[in-house]
Amino acid sequence: MSSHAATATIDHHHDPSTSTGIPNKKLLMWAFLASDCMFFGALISTHLIYRLHPPSGGLDPKDIFSIELTSFSTFILLMSSLMMALAVTAIQKGNLKSCRWSLLMTIFFGMIFLGCQVYEFEHFVHAKNMTLSNSLLGSTFYTLTGTHGCHVAIGVLWLSLMYVRSFKVASRPSWFNVQLLHALTLIVVLLLSLKVTLGLVHSLETVTGFGAAIADFFSHQSLYLGGFLLSLWGLFWFARPRGTVQFNEAHAIDVESMGLYWHFVDIVWIVIFTAVYLLEYI
Amino acid sequence: MDLAKPAYLTKEEHAPAAQPTLLSHPSSNYGLMSWLTTVDHKRIGFLYGVFALFFFLVGGFEALLIRAQLMVPNNDVLTAQQYNTMFTMHGTTMIFLAVMPLGSAFFNFIMPLQIGARDVAFPRLNAFSLWTFVAGAIILNIGWFLPEATHGAPNAGWYGYAPLTSKTFTPQHSIDSWIMGLQLLGVSSIAASLNFMVTIINMRAPGMTMMRLPVFTWMTLFTSFLIILSFPAITIALVYLMMDRNFGTGFFEVSLGGMPILWQHLFWVFGHPEVYILILPAMGIISEILPTFSRKPLFGYPIVVFSGAAIGFLGFTVWSHHMFTTGMGTVATAAFALATMAIAVPTGVKIFNWIGTLWGGHIVMRTPMMFALGFVWMFMIGGFSGVMHAAAPADAQQNDSYFVIAHFHYVLIGGSIFALLAGIHYWFPLMFGRKVSEFWGKLSFWVIFVGFNVTFFPMHFLGLNGMPRRTFTYDPNLGWNSANYIATIGAFVLGIGMFIYFAVMVYTFFKGERVKKDVWDGRTLEWSLPMPPPEYNFRVIPTVHARDAFWYEKHHKEEVAKEKELHAKEEDAHGGIHMPFGSIWPLICSLGILIGAVGISAFGPSPDLFIGPKLGLSLLGGFVMFIGIYFWALEGNEGYHLHLDKDGKRIEEPSPSQH
Repeated sequence: MSSHAATATIDHHHDPSTSTGIPNKKLLMWAFLASDCMFFGALISTHLIYRLHPPSGGLDPKDIFSIELTSFSTFILLMSSLMMALAVTAIQKGNLKSCRWSLLMTIFFGMIFLGCQVYEFEHFVHAKNMTLSNSLLGSTFYTLTGTHGCHVAIGVLWLSLMYVRSFKVASRPSWFNVQLLHALTLIVVLLLSLKVTLGLVHSLETVTGFGAAIADFFSHQSLYLGGFLLSLWGLFWFARPRGTVQFNEAHAIDVESMGLYWHFVDIVWIVIFTAVYLLEYI
Repeated sequence: MDLAKPAYLTKEEHAPAAQPTLLSHPSSNYGLMSWLTTVDHKRIGFLYGVFALFFFLVGGFEALLIRAQLMVPNNDVLTAQQYNTMFTMHGTTMIFLAVMPLGSAFFNFIMPLQIGARDVAFPRLNAFSLWTFVAGAIILNIGWFLPEATHGAPNAGWYGYAPLTSKTFTPQHSIDSWIMGLQLLGVSSIAASLNFMVTIINMRAPGMTMMRLPVFTWMTLFTSFLIILSFPAITIALVYLMMDRNFGTGFFEVSLGGMPILWQHLFWVFGHPEVYILILPAMGIISEILPTFSRKPLFGYPIVVFSGAAIGFLGFTVWSHHMFTTGMGTVATAAFALATMAIAVPTGVKIFNWIGTLWGGHIVMRTPMMFALGFVWMFMIGGFSGVMHAAAPADAQQNDSYFVIAHFHYVLIGGSIFALLAGIHYWFPLMFGRKVSEFWGKLSFWVIFVGFNVTFFPMHFLGLNGMPRRTFTYDPNLGWNSANYIATIGAFVLGIGMFIYFAVMVYTFFKGERVKKDVWDGRTLEWSLPMPPPEYNFRVIPTVHARDAFWYEKHHKEEVAKEKELHAKEEDAHGGIHMPFGSIWPLICSLGILIGAVGISAFGPSPDLFIGPKLGLSLLGGFVMFIGIYFWALEGNEGYHLHLDKDGKRIEEPSPSQH
């Protein structure tokens, strides 16, 4: 039966097996996002309520935020939505190669956003002395943006697993397989790239002189850099052609549901960026 | 099924001959493993019912202890601290572990049958909801078995008002287990509700348009909407509370500028829709029973459906009527009072439609009908005192008094519980093929009815005489003695009634009178099935021609029979009946969540840098959960096919490798 789907054209906007024609997975995702709206609604309104009733002697957000960095990461996150949309279109047309590249780009942009957030949190805690427990602003800010960051991280993980799944060749299921190694390699690549990039930024910020900074970077991060390059090579190795894959336009619904989630997380960030950051500069 | 199902759903045609043991599908239809790995909505519904009834008895026992303590002034059955634990756990247990899962039991068992489906949309997600509910119930009750000085059962009220729940005032882990227990129940409820919504919207039999859905199914849909939209508020509130207690944030911490009133708002934004989550399924059950035993279609079907929607919508606009005495300001108080009064309108509309259904009908007085009529009457009394609370000045007097207790027990026992007890009697023959004897059924009804009223009617007077809630004893000279004494006697009568009800139910389960198909001469599709229904539900997916689908079938026998045979052949040609394999992984996933939740809620942080039990168990739980998710994803949504003859016998056995 799966061969049937591979040959016939699939109507991606109508599923004849359901009463409404909407695939079950898509409907599930829409309903979940409705629920997720309420989660963020509660978080954002808490932040805004405490913004209107700040404790005396509280922190001034304008002293803490770095609007340039956040604007940059916001832009990157929005562009990742474009990549996600391209991935959905590609797989609906059966263009596996284009789908994989678009997924990788979405992951890449998502990781830039997460990197900016890790940097931002670290900076706020150490340079600006705003922690989770020393101020109400810290409590609401870290909880709200941290919850969003978790959503992005889960999205990146999901994208990574979908990317790895697109390499699965027809075989019997077994508990331990090349897919698992592939996925672990990708996750290691992502974590090490985050670590190495933040290390580079740290060296550039703390050491004066470009050459000295680079030397400092290599002296501290060479082990991680080596690991990163090695796992990156592994990623290319796993991506070599290994026969006919199972992933095709019949799985477009899985990519599309994931896309709905990803776009939603982006839209929520637009609201958070407006309500938490931009509002302070009006 | 080639045409009917996209290929990604049916790649199971020929399962591989040999599989590694770890991934082989559970194959037994009997024994413990078949229950632990079940994805059958009927078995899951049954398990929900068993767990819910167990906790119903636990909650009832706690209530009897409360009443025993209050029977006479200055009593010492319970200490003040134990009394706090009892009323906290009584409320939490009854709401989250008894009434909600009992509703879920009916959603699971009945709803797919009513819409002509073979299962819910995501059977394994359904199993996950069940086991996560069990995990949540364990976490909530874990404190009973741990030392009282450091743990103990939750004792800050089911509403858990800040700052009583803060580390300063409740340093014990009782609150931590309350937080984690409710979080798990929230996850379970939201997952189950998403599943029900997709099922109702997408899995209806051909011809089952939305306006032909049985009212119980409609109410399932509305309840699911309420759950997915209201639970996030309490989830976030509980996250704040957890962070306040564990990481020193200041959400409800006055010293950091936090406002405890925020807890009340977030809690009641959830808490008020929650009461409609408890009552809407009850209204759905009543809307099924009254027409069946009045021998008439439901009066004003669209109006009943739309008033259900109106109640669900308005339910989100009235939360602050629980907070009239917190000083919100005149405008807010007036607005919430008006919205609260408005909600009485769709509720009243429903009452009139039920009366309209009864009016001129050939009423058949069977046990389910007795409970249903009791519901209409008792729920109305609770509704009347509810409208009294809606008037903010009157509420200022009634707030925190026994009048409120009388009110919500009339809507929760007289309303929800009566309807659920009616539903158990109504659908018991369908579930088990046996019927409770009318004599014992009616006897239990009268004892419950009398006991209930004797318990809670005097509380109206106690409340108006000023007796406050949540107080473990009272002075003899306050004029509350006789009413309390009567209420306690009533509570024990109610307890005896419940005992009769369940003893008879257990007896009937083993030895009751066997009944044939369609015992009540019903109207909805579930009655078209053999009793109990086979695992695949419908041999042929029914085609629906009218609102009361089975009634139409009974009056168009020949056409329907012809149509069925035609469709049976078509289905058989397309591969037969698709059945999903069972799966252990949802249970493993919930087990991981349980382990993690024990770690988070039952241990304090370790003083040194080593991984202590808190972090260790949390990580272990996360790992087990991940294993569960991994294999869940890896095994895929495969299944096998059944081929049946006209009498529902299997034509060919599924090959052993597949099953």
